[in-house]
Amino acid sequence: MDTLLPAASGGAAGPLTADELRELYSLMVAVRHLDTSAIAWQRQGIIPGYAPEFGQEAAQVGSGYAVDTTRDFVFPTYREMGVARTMGVDMVAYMSTHKATWHGGLYNPLESRLAPIQAVVAGSVLHAVGWAHGQTLDKKDGVALTYFGDGASSQGDVHEAMNFAAVMKAPVVFFVQNNGWAISVPTERQVAGGSVAARAAGYGMPALQIDGDDVVAVVEATRRAFAHARTGNGPVLIEAMTYRRGPHSTSDDPGRYRSLDEERDGAGIDPLERFRQRLLAEGIADESFFAGALAAAKAEEEQIRTGIQALGPRPGTEMFDLVFQETTPALQSQAANWREESEHV
Amino acid sequence: MSNSILESDAAASTGAGTPAATTVMSMQQALNRALDEVLAEHPKTLIFGEDCGRLGGVFRITDGLQAKHGAQRVFDTPLAESGILGMSVGLAMAGFHPIPEVQFDGFAYPAINQIVCQIARMNYRSRGTVPMPITLRVPSFGGIRAPEHHGESLEALFAHVPGLKVVSPSNPHEAYHLLKYAATRPDPVIFMEPKSRYWQKGEVDLARGDAAGGSPEGAKVMREGRHLTLVAWGAMVSRCLQVAELAAEDGIEIEVLDLRWLKPIDAGALAASVRKTRRAVVVHEAPLTSGLGAEVAQLITQSCFDILRAPVERVTGFDVPYPSGDLEDEYIPNIDRILFGIQRVLEYKRG
Repeated sequence: MDTLLPAASGGAAGPLTADELRELYSLMVAVRHLDTSAIAWQRQGIIPGYAPEFGQEAAQVGSGYAVDTTRDFVFPTYREMGVARTMGVDMVAYMSTHKATWHGGLYNPLESRLAPIQAVVAGSVLHAVGWAHGQTLDKKDGVALTYFGDGASSQGDVHEAMNFAAVMKAPVVFFVQNNGWAISVPTERQVAGGSVAARAAGYGMPALQIDGDDVVAVVEATRRAFAHARTGNGPVLIEAMTYRRGPHSTSDDPGRYRSLDEERDGAGIDPLERFRQRLLAEGIADESFFAGALAAAKAEEEQIRTGIQALGPRPGTEMFDLVFQETTPALQSQAANWREESEHV
Repeated sequence: MSNSILESDAAASTGAGTPAATTVMSMQQALNRALDEVLAEHPKTLIFGEDCGRLGGVFRITDGLQAKHGAQRVFDTPLAESGILGMSVGLAMAGFHPIPEVQFDGFAYPAINQIVCQIARMNYRSRGTVPMPITLRVPSFGGIRAPEHHGESLEALFAHVPGLKVVSPSNPHEAYHLLKYAATRPDPVIFMEPKSRYWQKGEVDLARGDAAGGSPEGAKVMREGRHLTLVAWGAMVSRCLQVAELAAEDGIEIEVLDLRWLKPIDAGALAASVRKTRRAVVVHEAPLTSGLGAEVAQLITQSCFDILRAPVERVTGFDVPYPSGDLEDEYIPNIDRILFGIQRVLEYKRG
């Protein structure tokens, strides 16, 4: 499905250069390696939990690659590590949320251009609309990119967000990663009407349903959508068809709702391997480049692991100090009691 | 407001040649004026919700504001409360100061997810880097014989949520100043307007927010007394003042404390008043069980246990869904029920 008029892609950049393609591969390898490592860290007791994105690297890296962090803003769920990495967010600060150091992570959302991680799916989709409308009011050209999944598309907030954005012509790109599963429930039991993209028509919004495992297709679609939104044409919906390999989270047991055979059939070709074959076939990269990219990813992963292992617990006072900009007497008194009883101050 | 302290303060603050700042207006006018001034003084302020643009709101609180400040700053949204509140989060992230409205108290329920999970937590979640300077105006409480979901008292629900502040004005003067104050705070404030008082007129001293020069987040003694303290907020304050007037005929001097802020509660003012009167009755429209009256009673017990002459009484709504108009006079604490509550406290005998 592609209801975005070609004319709207006028502002999008041309085909990806060889350097850009190699950069995309390096990003995908870094994300893949960090993602699988994070699962290992959980098994090793380094972090208490993690939401893997194995198989969604192309969708995340490709869409994140289209973001201009000098003017755009991204509203993630809890499964957008690949987007964050692509945008250059500090990965120790990002992973700290999975280390249970601080809900939402330790990165500065305003500086990173990435809203805090949060777990109520679809909750931040409306935030993207508000932020985007703010761009219109301020006569700026930033675009809000908001992520959600096929499961979240059942939430009322997604529909309110699409309606608001379309009515207000807010510059929002709704990026749906349809990974086939909302924990244990498959898309066909989750999304009526066959696709999330089909819903855009009801809001008078153009939609693109794309191969979310093809990183180049994802970059190009997202750039087209950004160009459309940035030039005042209102929102766009992209549904990237992908597949969440493995569990929903490190606490999940996918064996209870699908077999490994089903997973293999549903998942198709690994997006990373697919891109590698393409780069090889087109002569854009060779084995030594791939080896170098993997070595860099390993070094980066080690650095991040060391960083999060070095993260101590946050001082308890922050629990009280960061609730409000202007604290309350009750909170001050609770903090004083806590200090006395816990720190014996 | 029959408050002599206010009048004298107004006189004192009026210099030679300066027009008197005190003026009589309804709460609707006071709120409208406060919003008008906030829009004029703070360019990043936005007002939006259902029907608050061209119509001026179903209670006309935003009357004329779109015409004066433009449709970019005062605008109608689609009919979706979660959308209104969720959009507020994004606008606040983009540097705006939203003053959204939900049309009636009961319509805040569809937006609870955004209020509780998002607005209330964003400052904390972001470690103070993404403040939520949102003032949510909620026409609140009953007393206007409205349909279902148009007469809810949500203060305990909101006050229980970490990250939210809650305030309710009791008269036009308070409405003007509390809204102007709330709308310029860096934290989320739920502003509960007692809709049954919208058309009540009273003196507003535009110059003085707090007659006694106290904290804008403090409670306020609306009538002095020495035998018992009535603690109330919103629409119940004027009813308690009526009760105090009646009790005075029997020689009972009742102090009426307008809590104003339901979070944070001014525990100091509560203690000061009850340590003086040694008896207290809390009056609210919300259901009894787990209502804010329980919180107030505990704060009083903690600070005044040694001198209390009787347990703190509560006169409240009942643990029933807010009833139809025909029954709401039975539900909302009326003068008789408040007097009975006072009597129970005054006649309390230790066992």
